Amino acid sequence: MRALAAFAATLLTAGVAAAQDGPSGQAMVQTCYVCHGPEGRSAEAVPALLRGQKEFVVRQMIEFKADRRPATIMNRIAKSYSDEQIAAIADYLAGLK
Amino acid sequence: MTATRRAVIAGSVAVTLAAPRLARAAAGAVVVIGAGFGGATAARYLKRLDPAVDVTLVEREASIVTCPFSNAVLGGYETLQGITRSLGGLKAAGVKVVRGEASAIDLQARRVRLADGSRIAYDRLVVSPGIDLNFAGVAGYSEAAAAQMPHAWKAGAQTMLLRQQLEAMPDGGTFIVVPPANPFRCPPGPYERVSLVASYFKAKKPKSKILVLDAKDNFSKQGLFQAAWEAEFPGMIDWIAGKDGGKVESVDPAAMTVKCGFGSQKGDVVNIIPPQRAGAIAQSAALAGDNGWCPVDPMTFASTKATNVHVIGDASIAGAMPKSGSSANAQGKVAAGAILASLAGKPAPTPALNNICYSLVTPDYGISVTDVYQVTKDKGITTTPNAGGLSVRTPTDLGERKLEAAFARGWYRNISADSWG
Repeated sequence: MRALAAFAATLLTAGVAAAQDGPSGQAMVQTCYVCHGPEGRSAEAVPALLRGQKEFVVRQMIEFKADRRPATIMNRIAKSYSDEQIAAIADYLAGLK
Repeated sequence: MTATRRAVIAGSVAVTLAAPRLARAAAGAVVVIGAGFGGATAARYLKRLDPAVDVTLVEREASIVTCPFSNAVLGGYETLQGITRSLGGLKAAGVKVVRGEASAIDLQARRVRLADGSRIAYDRLVVSPGIDLNFAGVAGYSEAAAAQMPHAWKAGAQTMLLRQQLEAMPDGGTFIVVPPANPFRCPPGPYERVSLVASYFKAKKPKSKILVLDAKDNFSKQGLFQAAWEAEFPGMIDWIAGKDGGKVESVDPAAMTVKCGFGSQKGDVVNIIPPQRAGAIAQSAALAGDNGWCPVDPMTFASTKATNVHVIGDASIAGAMPKSGSSANAQGKVAAGAILASLAGKPAPTPALNNICYSLVTPDYGISVTDVYQVTKDKGITTTPNAGGLSVRTPTDLGERKLEAAFARGWYRNISADSWG
């Protein structure tokens, strides 16, 4: 658990610049809205996206990616993103109003 | 003058020349044809990302009846009103909505002509016309024959006609479904339809049968669907692969018969889903290739057949992406980003594309397939290795099937808000 936290912390500080080769955090987060609603404000069933919680979001995505957090679909989706991309996603989400 | 100094001056000249183009960008005019998932999303995101851009959306219908959840209407679990989306949210977002039929595109003059003769000028054009049905692709079938044998592959009156026929069918009757060969709109759609009609039959007319005569040898989410059919509707559904004689050669709407590899089959209700191609405006503007679909640059969804034109949604050829509302929504955002960058004289942003596709087997039994795509100029749009894919084959204590049925409804509500507001 401590190793995971340290790993997440590394991602938090490392990620954003390294992710510049791929899509921006904003572009990736916009694709989440198809299920989580515009700006992540889900109206029904699907959980809303948390704002201002960068570290928490990174940790959840890593848990999904490693199949440590039970899920129907997020584990399949999280495996599509590199750790740098997860950091960029969390970074953009953290800044959403 | 030193080389360095000359370079600096040359650079400043370039900046001066570029300036008028930037000024023009603020007044850029974008026209979008079609207010389905793709066109509505493109229009909304253009305004969201740059409120100064002028966006006009041309749509022939007053409101949009979505294909997603139209199979739930067939099963009696949803109403047509429940799957009808207003264009009011787009107007509230500052999109000019013009009701009319785009009948021609003047690519040289950058103008769209409407059926009423009016013209709308554009700097950039988004073409999102969805599909046209190729009635001639099934011998004996026609647009008129769809009154006897509905396609119900464009939601609306056809959906209600097929629902009425299913309701009128006696218990013990046979419902024949004829899905097309690939590619077509919503690959798992015919099999979700079979499932939700089976769910209705199980409750109301349990002696009835469903015969699926397929042009294909396999289909989307096949393992999940067939396992569900066996568990939920044992003995009710007979799916015949193309290689086993399922491929339909002709239909006779007056006799309500379908001729396939093992003779003529009579149905009490027959659903023909004909082959498809990009919507008519894409054909008349020569944006489509010989196969009927529109080639695009995978990075921007810019047409490879015309400049200043983007084609998105079912009409486009999008590599590994299926023709779905979710794909169209994602492509609308990519086209919007690429257009705004291009109007500002900047390079297109790297695209982010995904597809999230839920199907219902019963109102409480949902399954899904998803992919996040890799996009390169060379390889086009490909799935991410070792990621995405189908729902678990064997559900756990989590209750995946019931959860995914709820998420399917959540998806519908949220993608609707993301697309139409």
